[in-house]
Amino acid sequence: MAKYIIKRIAMAIVTIFAVATVTFFVMNMVPGGPFMSEKAISPQAQAALNEKYGLDKPLSEQYITYMKDLLHGNLGLSVKQRGRTVNMIIETKFPVSAKIGGIAILTAVLVGVPLGSIAAFKRGTAVDNIIIIFSTCGIAVPSFVVCTILMYVLSLKLGLLPTFGLASWKNYIMPVMALSFYPSSYIARLMRSSMLDVMGQDYMRTARAKGLSQMVSIFKHALRNAVLPVVTYLGPLLAYTVTGSFIVEKIFTIPGLGSEFIGSITGRDYPLIMGTTIFLATLMVIMNVLVDVAYKFIDPRINLK
Amino acid sequence: MPKNKLSLQLNVEDFLPASDAEKESLTVMRKSVGFWKDGIRRLKKNKISMISLAVIIVVFILSFLVPQFYPYRYEQQIRGSENLAPMQYSQKELTAMEAGEDVFPHILGTDNLGRDYAIRVMMGSRVSLMVGLIASCIILLIGSLYGSIAGFFGGWVDMIMMRIVDMIYTVPDILIIVLLSVAFDQPLKALSQRPGFQWIQVIGVNLISIFVVFALLYWVGMARIVRSQILILKEQEYVTAARALGASSGHIIKKHLLTNCIGTLIVTTTLQIPSSIFTESFLSFLGLGVAAPMPSLGSLASAALNGLQSYPHRLFAPALMISIIILSFNLLGDGLRDAFDPKLKD
Amino acid sequence: MNEYLVNIENERLSFFTPAGEVKALNDVSLHLREGEVLGIVGESGSGKSVTAYSLMGLTAYPGRLIGGSLQFNGHQIEKMTEKEMRKIRGNEISIIFQDPMTSLNPVYTVGNQITEVVMLHTNKNKQQANERAKELLTLVGINEPDKRLKQYPHELSGGMRQRIMIAIALACEPKLLIADEPTTALDVTIQAQILELMMELKDKLGMAIIMITHDLGVVANMCDRIAVMYAGKVVEYGNTDDIFYNPSHEYTKGLIRSIPKLTEKEHSKLVPIEGSPVDMLNPPAGCPFAPRCRACMKICLREMPPYTDISDIHYSACWLLQKQEYEQAQKGDA
Repeated sequence: MAKYIIKRIAMAIVTIFAVATVTFFVMNMVPGGPFMSEKAISPQAQAALNEKYGLDKPLSEQYITYMKDLLHGNLGLSVKQRGRTVNMIIETKFPVSAKIGGIAILTAVLVGVPLGSIAAFKRGTAVDNIIIIFSTCGIAVPSFVVCTILMYVLSLKLGLLPTFGLASWKNYIMPVMALSFYPSSYIARLMRSSMLDVMGQDYMRTARAKGLSQMVSIFKHALRNAVLPVVTYLGPLLAYTVTGSFIVEKIFTIPGLGSEFIGSITGRDYPLIMGTTIFLATLMVIMNVLVDVAYKFIDPRINLK
Repeated sequence: MPKNKLSLQLNVEDFLPASDAEKESLTVMRKSVGFWKDGIRRLKKNKISMISLAVIIVVFILSFLVPQFYPYRYEQQIRGSENLAPMQYSQKELTAMEAGEDVFPHILGTDNLGRDYAIRVMMGSRVSLMVGLIASCIILLIGSLYGSIAGFFGGWVDMIMMRIVDMIYTVPDILIIVLLSVAFDQPLKALSQRPGFQWIQVIGVNLISIFVVFALLYWVGMARIVRSQILILKEQEYVTAARALGASSGHIIKKHLLTNCIGTLIVTTTLQIPSSIFTESFLSFLGLGVAAPMPSLGSLASAALNGLQSYPHRLFAPALMISIIILSFNLLGDGLRDAFDPKLKD
Repeated sequence: MNEYLVNIENERLSFFTPAGEVKALNDVSLHLREGEVLGIVGESGSGKSVTAYSLMGLTAYPGRLIGGSLQFNGHQIEKMTEKEMRKIRGNEISIIFQDPMTSLNPVYTVGNQITEVVMLHTNKNKQQANERAKELLTLVGINEPDKRLKQYPHELSGGMRQRIMIAIALACEPKLLIADEPTTALDVTIQAQILELMMELKDKLGMAIIMITHDLGVVANMCDRIAVMYAGKVVEYGNTDDIFYNPSHEYTKGLIRSIPKLTEKEHSKLVPIEGSPVDMLNPPAGCPFAPRCRACMKICLREMPPYTDISDIHYSACWLLQKQEYEQAQKGDA
C-alpha cells in the first residue's frame, strides 16, 4: 500500500511539474507582454515595469527563478493587479469557488445515488423511465444552457432569486443547481447501470436464499458494491466542477477563482495565469490520487501493487 | 406414480417406428443471423434510436442544405432591420412589400446588427457539427492507432505508452485549451496574413487551438478503450485457433481483431461527437471559440445573455438546438451500444 | 400425516419473455422423504434448477408458477406469501449454488456472511452468532476458524469457499438442503471432499438433500433416488440401482451409454446422444425426446407419453412401455 501511494505521489509531482513548465513556455510564446495593451504607458515606463517584474531577463533565467519560487510556494506578483501577490488573490477567491463547488458535488452525490438506485430497483416502470429521461437530458444539456434557463425562469420571470453576487444564501441556490445538474444526472445513470449489474449477481441470490428481505438485500449487499464505480467518478467530477465554475461564475457574477482565471487570460496577467493554472492542476491531481487510494481501501478485492 | 389419464384411443399403427423425415419436421432450429444484420435489426427496433437518427438527419439538413437556399447570409447586416422580433418586419421591409416585393420573413428576428437570426443559428449549428465530427475523426485516428500498437505489441512498448497516457489523463484539459488559445492567437494571426492561409481568419484562431488540443489530449480515452479491446481479443481462443491453423499476424489482425473492434469503435466515436460539441460550445461561450462574425451555438448563447429579458428567444434558439444535437447523438450512441453488444442477446 | 418431506405434483412453470412464453416446467412431479437423498439429473435447460428454485420461491423474473402443488414440510409453497417464505428460507430449507466465488459477496467478510443468517433466524446476538459461526466452520472442516472469519471470499480457495457456503446453508439446521451443481466449479479431488462432507453432515443432522447435477458419477455415489429430467419433464424416476442397472427411458439409456468405461477397448468410439435440445419456446406436442430417440414411433411424435410403472418405485414416461403392455394384453387375450 505504501509503495503504491509513493508511486502515485511521485507521478503526481512529475505531472504538476510538467504542467507548470508547459504553461510557462506557452505563456511566453505569446508576443507582446502584459503591458503592451495598456494605454498611456511610455516605452520607458514599460521598460521599467518589465525590469521590475523581471520580464527583461532571458527566458531560461526567468524559468529557473519561477521554478525556484514555486518550490517555496511563492507564486509571484500579479502583474495587472498591482501590489497583490498571486497567492493573496488565490487565497481570497478560492474559498468562494470551493464553497459553491463543494455544495454542488455533495448535491450531485446525494441526488444521483438514490435516484439511480430507485430507477434500477423499479426497472421498467414509469418511475424508471422518468428518471432515465431526466438524467439523459441532464448530461446532454450544456451547463451554460442550464444556467441561463434557470436565471431566466427563476430570476427574471418569477423573481424568486437574485441574479448576481453572493449576498445571501438565496444567491447560492442557482449556481449550485446549475453546477450539479450534469454530475447528478451522470451519477444517476452510472448508479442505475451499476445497480442493475449488481442486482443480477449470484450473491444477491444467496442473500435472498438466506431469507433476507428485498430491502435489506439491496441496502446491505447491493449498494456497497454498486457504489464503487461512483467513487472512481469523483476525480473527473472534481475536474468538471472546476471547469464548470468558469461558466457559472461568469453568468451569475460570482467573485470566485474561475472568473478570476478567465479574466487573467484576457488581461495577459502571466503570473496570475500561471499561478491559477498550477494551483488548479495541483488540486485536481491530488484529488485523483486521493480517490484512487480511497478506492483501494473500499474494495477489498483490489491488490495493491 | 403420478396419475395420468389415458383418454385416447390407440391403434396398432401408432406403434410403428417413425421415419427420419417425420422426426426432422419437428426439429425447428432458429435461424442464425450475421453479426451486422442482427445488430442493425436490433437498432431498427429501438424506437428512440431511430427517432434520434431522424432528428440528426433533420439537423444536418438544416445546417448544411438549407443555408444554401436561404435568402439571407449569416454575416449579412441589413440596415434598418436591427433588433426585430421573430416574424416582425422593419419599416423598410414593409414599404418594399407594399411595393410588391417578396421579403422572406425573419423567422427568429434579427440581432442588434440586423443579421437574420435564423440563418445564424443554422450556421452556428453547422460549425458545432463540423467541429464535433472533425474532432472525433482526429481522436479516432490517433487514439485507435496508438491503442492498437500498445495493445498488440504489449511488453515494455505497451508500458511506456500507457504511462504517457496516464500523465496526459491527469492534465486538466480546459486549462491547456485556454492557454493554447491565448498562445496561438498572435502567431496564427500573423500566419493568416500570408497568402494561402486566409482561411485561418475565417475559422478563427481559437478553433484551431481547439483542434490542436483535441489532437494532443483528447484521444487518450479512445486509446485506452482500443488497447483493452485488443488485449482481450488477443487472448481469445479463436485467435489461438487461427494461429494453430497457420494464419499470419496480418491476417489475424485484419480478420479477427479489427472486425471485433469496429463495433466498439463506432459506438465510442458516436458518443465522442456530442462530447466534442459540448466542449466546443463551452469554449465558445467563454469567448474562446470561433471568430466573429461566424457564429457558433455557444457564442450566440453568450451574446444573448445581455438582452435576455427583452429578447429571450435569442438564447433559447441556440440553446435548444445544441441540446437537441447533443441529446440525439447520445441516444443514438446508446442505441448502437445496445444493438451491437452481444451480451445482451435475447 | 404426510409421509413425504417434499411432494411436488404436476408443477407447471413458464418464463414470460419478450420472445414468448418459455415453458420451462411441463408437468413435473417429484417426492422425497426425510433424510433421503434425491438426485435430479439432466442436461442444461432441462428444468432441474428451475424446479428446485421454485420450491424455495426463488423463481427469477420473468418466471411464474402457473400450476401444480408444491408441498414442503407441511407448507403449501405456492400459496405462501413472500413474508412467510422468508421465514423458511435459510431456516428450514437451504440451497448451495454452483459457483461459490460469485455466490459470496466480495465486500464483506466470510464471518459477516455467516452470522448474518444466524442472527436473521434465531435470537442470538452478535457474540453468540460469532460463536455459532466458529462452530459451523469446524463442522465443515475448516481449521483456524478465528482467522478465517475475518477473511474475504477472494482470499480463500474454491474448496474452502464452497465449505463456507455449506456452513451458511446449514447454520439453522434445515430439513432440506438443495445442492445446485455444487462441485461443477471445483477440481476433482476437492469434489470428492465436498461430497463426502455433505454425506457426513446429512447423517449428523438428519437432513434430506436434493442433488442437482449433470454428472452421473456424483449421483451414483450419493443418491438414494434419481429423477431424470428432460425438457421440463421427469422422464424417469427410480432407485439408484434401477436407473443404472435397469434404465428404461431411451434418454436415460443414452446418458448411461455415453459414460466412457474403464473396461472398454482402446480406440472405441464415444457414444453421444444425437441431435440437439428442444426449443422451449415451441415445445413439440408429443414426447420431447422423440426427434433424438432411436426407437421413436409415430405416436411418440403426436402424443405425450403417460407414466408407466416398472416396479413399486421405478417408473418412466415412454410409449415403448405402453406398447409392451399393449402387446402383453394382446397375448393375454389370445
